[in-house]
Amino acid sequence: MRKKLANWGNYPVAEAEVRSFQFRDELEKAINSFSGNLIARGNGRCYGDASLAANVLSTLKYNHIHSFDVEKGIVCCEAGVTLDDLLKVIVPKGWFLPVTPGTKFITVGGAVASDVHGKNHHKDGSFSSHVHEIELLNGESELIKCSPGHQPDLFAATCGGMGLTGVISRVTFQLKKIESSYITQKSIKARNLDEIFDLFEANESYTYTVAWIDCLGKGKDLGRSVLLAGEHAGSEELNEKQKKNPLYIPDGRKLSIPFNLPAITLNPLSIKAFNFAYYNKQLSREADGLVHYEPFFYPLDSILHWNRMYGSRGFLQYQFVLPVEKSREGLIRILEKISDKKKGSFLAVLKLFGEQESLISFPKRGYTLALDFPVQDGIFEFLNELDEIVMQFEGRIYLSKDARMQQELFWKGYPNAEKFQQIVNKYNPEAKFNSMLARRLSILP
Amino acid sequence: MKYILILGATSDIAAATAYEFARNGFGILLAGRAPEKLAVIEKDISSRFEVPVSSHLFDAEDFAGHASFFAKLPHRPDVTLCAFGYLGEQEKGQNEWEEAQRIIQVNYTGAVSVLNIVANSYAEQEYGAIIGISSVAGERGRQSNYLYGSAKAGFTAYLSGLRNRLAKKGIPVLTVKPGFVRTRMTEGLPLPKPLTAEPEQVGKAIYKAFRSKEDVIYTLPVWKLIMQNIRMIPEGIFKKMNL
Repeated sequence: MRKKLANWGNYPVAEAEVRSFQFRDELEKAINSFSGNLIARGNGRCYGDASLAANVLSTLKYNHIHSFDVEKGIVCCEAGVTLDDLLKVIVPKGWFLPVTPGTKFITVGGAVASDVHGKNHHKDGSFSSHVHEIELLNGESELIKCSPGHQPDLFAATCGGMGLTGVISRVTFQLKKIESSYITQKSIKARNLDEIFDLFEANESYTYTVAWIDCLGKGKDLGRSVLLAGEHAGSEELNEKQKKNPLYIPDGRKLSIPFNLPAITLNPLSIKAFNFAYYNKQLSREADGLVHYEPFFYPLDSILHWNRMYGSRGFLQYQFVLPVEKSREGLIRILEKISDKKKGSFLAVLKLFGEQESLISFPKRGYTLALDFPVQDGIFEFLNELDEIVMQFEGRIYLSKDARMQQELFWKGYPNAEKFQQIVNKYNPEAKFNSMLARRLSILP
Repeated sequence: MKYILILGATSDIAAATAYEFARNGFGILLAGRAPEKLAVIEKDISSRFEVPVSSHLFDAEDFAGHASFFAKLPHRPDVTLCAFGYLGEQEKGQNEWEEAQRIIQVNYTGAVSVLNIVANSYAEQEYGAIIGISSVAGERGRQSNYLYGSAKAGFTAYLSGLRNRLAKKGIPVLTVKPGFVRTRMTEGLPLPKPLTAEPEQVGKAIYKAFRSKEDVIYTLPVWKLIMQNIRMIPEGIFKKMNL
């Protein structure tokens, strides 16, 4: 039975046949039960069409933990395990995810397929930097293992490869040791783009850095923002109450937005942090605090289905990165365009990436900006104009967020795209694994 | 340490219930037909919870083997959950005896066979608890699944009688009627969202009902109302309906 299926942006909407499997020996059968090609899908938290196709293999029921070495902090689990699920297991034992994006409601398979990054990219790289081994079922129904040392071409093309090399079955990766589930946090206000650039560079010794930027700031206020920097708190930094249970994790009771609201162009996540610093409590330029990791990493996860705030037509997230030496000029051009046309999210997320050598992963040294745009008339034309600027400044767009970029930008922005395509063809020769994204960008026929 | 025996441990509902008991400190005895699948679940529960977990081969249709299966378990379980089931295909069962027989044997005969042994053991020691997963399909036979429904009806009546017998010994028997659950068994069926529970909800509801020693639960309360209404439809009308 086909049903309407969309990812987090609620755009585009596919008519898809969705099937799932629970055990590894059912994987091949599940794949062969489809007529035609398919794509694997985790929790649908990518924004666009990366995990959409006419046939979708859901990994959500394939969610067993195979092993957790509490001494070494190494986990081996199936692709459908969510980060939320893992945190409940690892945090009480003094371990944390090596890299986490801004939501914990993604699967481990999705974390590899998108090669997700977090606030610690400049220190720790992307998720794949911590992966020891991936087991996947390729296009010829072979269950094979790959790692940086074994079948490195397959490993490289699977990390950030959007599921096109095969269905990720199991992932083994290294966790990060923590003494507490709390974060010491510093927030610093920046009046403009130059100030926030300086702050990012001056604070690169922090494990976690990210900024909320006010996209409507003009002239001398262009780039007005707040930098958040954080470190895992040591046990001695906790107060008496926290010391009693330093690895506390809260019960997961959540608010939910039950239906689509009329579209409004605000991103509640960013507004909260920004307003806090600029208009409410933070009077001084700099403020310190001690917070639980939940609000630090996942402020929006406390409101389930916040994507419905953008209305039934959905929204597009536009996340690009520009090379560091061109970031200033390029960001000025883009921010000016957004504030002129009053198109973008009021606030957006800015981050300085560290160096990263990779085949097809998104991050590279430079500044990345993520913006939300509700789907409305004229938005696609407007984003095409932004594409031109990103292209001119040799930047690229994050595939996990994308639903509409121009083909040319993909092939120019990812210099290894052809090599990636060759490896995909090697392991997935008949395009058995194919998605709307892969077709739209001409990665696969 | 207390132990729960989970018969038919590879189903979604069984695995979710195992999580709940493990979270609450129960050791877990997994029983089922597929050793590889049991091993996956065993490792998963051991990774998540600090409780002993072991796997034991068990086939609901191997009636002769049930007594030695129960006797050979490394621990006498404090709680036994009977979670295996076979939905089968109604039309196939109408035409092929093998299918009909299998539906009856797994859902009814097999359950009776193993629970007789468990019940006698619990009655003798005057201690224990039994949980059976039956179905709302057993409350009234419908043309679309009356083979499965009639086997579950038998199982529901069995559990009711068992509860009556064991109440005097202080041994609770809980009948669980899950209604629609989003499992592999129901995948692809157009289930109405408000009436459909996630396996995790069912697991939590079962543990809660076990703790409060309830007799019969519908895991989503709305199902109690629905089934009351379905039972009240006069047979003369019911027989003409397409259900």
